[in-house]
Amino acid sequence: MTKRLGMFTRAKGAALPILTVVAAIFVIWYAAAAIMNLPWERDQAERAKVEFVLADGLANTMSQERPVLPAPHQVAVELWETTVEKKITSKRSLVYHGWITLSATLLGFLFGTILGLSLAVGIVYNRAMDMSVMPWVIASQTIPILAIAPMIIVVLNAVGISGLLPKAFISTYLAFFPIVVGMVKGLRSPDALQTDLMRTYNAGAAQTFWKLRLPASVPYLFASMKVAVAASLVGAIVGELPTGAVAGLGARLLAGSYYGQTIQIWSALIAAAILAASLVAIVGIVGRVVERRMGFAR
Amino acid sequence: MNWFLIIGAIVFWLAAWALNVWLANRYPHSRPVRFFVPALFGITLLVLWEGIARGADIPTVLLPPPSMIWERLINSLPVLRADFVQTFLKSALAGYAMGCSAAFLVALAIDRSPFLQKGLVPVGNFVAALPIIGIAPIMVMWFGFDWQSKAAVVVVMCFFPMLVNTVEGLKASETMQRDLMHTYAGSYRQNLTKLRLPAAMPFIFNGLKICSTLALIGAIVAEFFGTPTVGMGFRISTEVGRMNIDMVWAEIAVAALAGSVFYGTVSLIERVVTFWHPSIRN
Repeated sequence: MTKRLGMFTRAKGAALPILTVVAAIFVIWYAAAAIMNLPWERDQAERAKVEFVLADGLANTMSQERPVLPAPHQVAVELWETTVEKKITSKRSLVYHGWITLSATLLGFLFGTILGLSLAVGIVYNRAMDMSVMPWVIASQTIPILAIAPMIIVVLNAVGISGLLPKAFISTYLAFFPIVVGMVKGLRSPDALQTDLMRTYNAGAAQTFWKLRLPASVPYLFASMKVAVAASLVGAIVGELPTGAVAGLGARLLAGSYYGQTIQIWSALIAAAILAASLVAIVGIVGRVVERRMGFAR
Repeated sequence: MNWFLIIGAIVFWLAAWALNVWLANRYPHSRPVRFFVPALFGITLLVLWEGIARGADIPTVLLPPPSMIWERLINSLPVLRADFVQTFLKSALAGYAMGCSAAFLVALAIDRSPFLQKGLVPVGNFVAALPIIGIAPIMVMWFGFDWQSKAAVVVVMCFFPMLVNTVEGLKASETMQRDLMHTYAGSYRQNLTKLRLPAAMPFIFNGLKICSTLALIGAIVAEFFGTPTVGMGFRISTEVGRMNIDMVWAEIAVAALAGSVFYGTVSLIERVVTFWHPSIRN
């Protein structure tokens, strides 16, 4: 009970500052929208040979069709129209595009987690693998892998693999790294006292793994899964760019930039942000429930 | 199908792996071995790639062998150099410098306000997890096709990880150390420059290292949304379209080298600046 209370008060203590910052962001956004869209209004007035009235111009900046920076409410309206008011099967529905991106993200996240886990187990249990693979795992992340995305998509397309899998591969590559690093740390987290205890029980390597190392690594697993799921969403979105704007949130971004539809770009961007936030939150909640069940006191 | 090449590559792989296992178990703490084992592993991967790509006659459109990529790289150095200057020196480095220093200054500015810190750090953490790369089309619209728009994407990508790390770092000094500064009657400025900033350096460098990989990714991906006809991202997307996969790999090799050198340089500076930290002193 006291712990709950502690969490509650801490949340309450942080809520006001966070809300203030978020409110400040909205104020800045509106102000920026007004300033950045104003020149266009002035231009229009000049062309129509009408005297430019600042108040009218300012009011109009909030409702342009192709603004330099759309106002927040314009993006919100667009989001509402493309998610709730459109049929899900429609090509203009953000739910449709979001689902395509989400399925690639989840598949890549799954592959990445499995790959990361097996590499981590190998690294922890095999010294040669630790010494030879680990430096390359780290080096692999200094390579801008997203740059390879177009090639993976196009090349796999040439052999006849298209759709979900190529995007999932890119997600996998981005997702496996945090899992490897986190799990190597987690599997090594039991201290000497605990491993010694397992030895006095005469436990074999398999038993030490299942009963000590794996349970001890669970908090590390969820912490790195949070990073991995966000990374695999980025991978899926970038993976959609080179296919030429067919479907998915990345395709919406690209199509928007081709046709100068700023409101569409921003709504796809916000949708991606909401998706990322919910994915991270879901992994976090699952992690917290599992950890509480397993008896990790925090 | 040339079985000789494939089997040769596999035999080489097995032999190298056996040598690695033997070395790793025999001399686990020797310095040259720690360098040699991963290097041999890397060479093995290249040999395996070359052997299978040539032996199994994989079409070069799918997977060109490393030797062919190397040849291409040597033959198109001027193009690669122009792309490198455009993408790395102009877009990525400029954006990195601006983004990281802006985040650092903001972190210092909100240092005296716990209220702003409490608000900005969760928001910053949230934004750092978002697919920021998506703002690339917007930045291209605002700042044009040249390197300025790419640098702007990099600025935004670097800002939040750096901000969060710097704020965390400024909290890193211990109560005991701050008390000591208090007994010396240290002013706010002295506290900052003599104790808290040095104590924050491991965190700041963590942020700098994260941003060093983000910067190159941001600059390259932003070029997919429109560029002048030069740049690594531009080259990759057009050469993929023309099925010149060996040129794409050459570009990727340059990007990988640039990324690793950049990261390595930041790590080296870190070792010099935070020489006192246990993880470096060991």
